[in-house]
Amino acid sequence: MSRKKMKILNEIKLSFPSLSENERFSRLAVSGFASQLDPQVDELSDIKTAVSEAVTNSIVHAYKNKIGKIELVARIYEDSVIYIKIKDHGCGIPDIKKAMEPLFTTSPEEERAGLGFAVMESFMDKLKVTSKEGKGTSVILTKKLKTKLD
Amino acid sequence: MGLKIYDEVEEKSKLTAFISGEIDHHSAKNIRQEIDINVQKLKPNELYLDFSNVDFMDSSGIGLVMGRYKLQSERGGKVFIQNPPPLIKKVMLVAGINKLAKIVSIDVPLSEMQKAKESAQSSDSKADLANIEVYRNNDKNECEKVLNEEGEDIVEKENENSK
Repeated sequence: MSRKKMKILNEIKLSFPSLSENERFSRLAVSGFASQLDPQVDELSDIKTAVSEAVTNSIVHAYKNKIGKIELVARIYEDSVIYIKIKDHGCGIPDIKKAMEPLFTTSPEEERAGLGFAVMESFMDKLKVTSKEGKGTSVILTKKLKTKLD
Repeated sequence: MGLKIYDEVEEKSKLTAFISGEIDHHSAKNIRQEIDINVQKLKPNELYLDFSNVDFMDSSGIGLVMGRYKLQSERGGKVFIQNPPPLIKKVMLVAGINKLAKIVSIDVPLSEMQKAKESAQSSDSKADLANIEVYRNNDKNECEKVLNEEGEDIVEKENENSK
């Protein structure tokens, strides 16, 4: 996104417990919201995949062995930019740089590939992760869509 | 999510798992278990994971392939990724999983694809239950009996000619 303040055209807020059933729900909800921009099939698939990764991280890592609240905000800015924020109040990430390294995972027993952030990074235009140990993590994903709608 | 497993008893034992629906962290658990049960039973040299009817996959699908690769390697076996649709292939290439498991395209008879699709659709309502059908040539009659009772036809896999 550019430095000047962009106008928000639409916004949704969701809050749901960190149940793995909600991985599907959250990506479908965002996909439904994004569809008003008339995105291309592959763009929509990229967004769904990135959201699924972020939400799964909160479920698997932030709220390991417990259920907590996940907050999702999705916005449409002018110029067909989609913004998605996924926030949890879980354990936080002690070393974000390390966590973002491809193939790094703290859950090999669950067969996590350690590619969540790598996928988010390559499927979206921008990825921003902020985290505080013991407080939680938020992940902001943005993507400019190649839509015909203006 | 649906999954079908076919076994081909030939010189080389070969097992194909037809995965369908969406692969995420939630559904991967069931798919993994069902594949592993059958792999343990049949100990195939070659395990083919068919993705033609997978319509969504995140990195949990990569974990699934990596895990099966590890188990197969321990026994000297191989894993192949069969017919991934473009959007699924994209996730695989980003992850570089093709370095562990070769991506192959194999003609699967249409009737078989249709069945895999139907089974995925019928299991959508119970999204967290894997739909498994196991076919083994040596006890085909038994399979046939069970399937006929359920009003389904047996489908045999014929992909040798296309390789």
